[in-house]
Amino acid sequence: MTRHKREEIAPRTWRKPPFIANPWLRYGLWLVLVVYLVWAFGSLPFNWARIGEGLPRAARIFGGGFPPSFERGALMLTGFKESFQIAILATLLGVMLSIPFAVMAARNVAPLPVYLFGRAVIIISRSFHPVIVAILFVAAVGFGPLAGILTLTLYSIGFVGKLLAEEIEEIDWGQVEAMRATGAGYLATLFYAVFPQILPRQIGLSMYQLDSNLRASAVVGIVGAGGIGGTLMNAFGRYDYDFAFAILLIIIAVILVSEGISGWVRKKIW
Amino acid sequence: MLEISKLVKRYGRDEPVLKELDLRVEGSSVVAIVGASGAGKSTMLRCINRLVEPTSGSIRLNGTELVTLKGAALRRARRKIGMVFQGFNLIDRLTVMENVLAGRLGYVNLYQAIARRYPREDIERAFSLMERVGIAHYANKRADALSGGERQRVGVVRALMQEPAVLLADEPTASLDPRTSEQIMILLQSLASELSLPVLINIHNVAQARTYTERIVGLRHGKMIFDGTPGEFTRDALDAIYGGIESPDEEPTASSAHSSVRASRGVPHDPA
Repeated sequence: MTRHKREEIAPRTWRKPPFIANPWLRYGLWLVLVVYLVWAFGSLPFNWARIGEGLPRAARIFGGGFPPSFERGALMLTGFKESFQIAILATLLGVMLSIPFAVMAARNVAPLPVYLFGRAVIIISRSFHPVIVAILFVAAVGFGPLAGILTLTLYSIGFVGKLLAEEIEEIDWGQVEAMRATGAGYLATLFYAVFPQILPRQIGLSMYQLDSNLRASAVVGIVGAGGIGGTLMNAFGRYDYDFAFAILLIIIAVILVSEGISGWVRKKIW
Repeated sequence: MLEISKLVKRYGRDEPVLKELDLRVEGSSVVAIVGASGAGKSTMLRCINRLVEPTSGSIRLNGTELVTLKGAALRRARRKIGMVFQGFNLIDRLTVMENVLAGRLGYVNLYQAIARRYPREDIERAFSLMERVGIAHYANKRADALSGGERQRVGVVRALMQEPAVLLADEPTASLDPRTSEQIMILLQSLASELSLPVLINIHNVAQARTYTERIVGLRHGKMIFDGTPGEFTRDALDAIYGGIESPDEEPTASSAHSSVRASRGVPHDPA
């Protein structure tokens, strides 16, 4: 009756159709989510007593960190220098190697077997987090920056290669046809019709990868792959919280600066 | 001389796009190929330089069979076939000069191509052709900085750099405004006679076809249904080519059938 009345006042109504059309599925999913959350919070071992003890300890660490101590600047400088070297070298290597793998992994320019190989390389190098790869490389080539470089190179190949391959798959095919029509060979066609089209993206990705590698080089250092991460880990190990905090602050500053630079370059290059 | 005989092209298992097409082009004649969207004009042109693989039939250019060529032999044959595209297909981020020199890619080696160390004759030829069509002052400009008409001139010069034995133009004026497209047609016409070069032009604009070419070929459903001089191209011929009597699902008039051929054909993403 009320429904009828409403129709008289405003004969036509509209409502956004629900994201999931089936009401059983829609409310079922909500129910599942609620049940899961109740179960998860109920079964996870939160030991409130220990958390209570931990809080003052956390306060002590943070308290010890202030004021940050820049006294051992030389040590910090060595660490950062190594991190920069790792990041820059790994970015250069990774970006250069990512180009052939991206071409191999682009369905429109690579024959099927090559495509599958290229995709496989990219998938494998993307399937592990850099920290896990770093642990493997540290085991394989020993402590130090070489393990870090290898780790981040592989990481860069995976990331840049994948995005670049997608970029190649979306190029304007007309330019490729035009080059083929002139009688150009495969490589000449790549260099003229494909690479210029992906160049801005390539540079943008390289810049992004450089600051991503800077960040990651600090992390892989923790597992022994060289750089500032190792210095940071040592500082924590020796309860030099003030020194550790100084390192963290500098890491933040470096990341901010590199982000600023890469943003500026990407805007310029388009 | 270009001789096409019994050319068939079939995409997948559909009705063939070209049905045993025959066409002979001799000397330095300018031939307009007209027909509604989907009539097979673009496919025919692309079969000639093998951007599209013919299903069967024969295409001979100055005695060389093109249909069976592979690899390096195909690339050598393509050098002799210049092509001008509707969308210009220039390398936008490269300079006009680089685009023009790209017409020599079939002749130079990879190092010369990448390092842009083209032979001196090529540079000279590039400059004189660019001067001929009035774009020499743009040599160091990026191709995407030019207007439509100028870009198509670059496209024409690039094709001519190949020293082609035949020039194919796939809707060269369809992306241009009326005035500019007239200019491009005049340019193609005069270049054909200057270089004594046969030119095949796919075109939707029947008025331009009649004005600037000496022979009109009409395609419909993959068959040639008209072949004659512009004088012989009567109202009846026009109706036969574009008329919607036989298949009502096709665009009824020439104007609404405009320029969608290439777009609707899509891009064949076959591996190189």
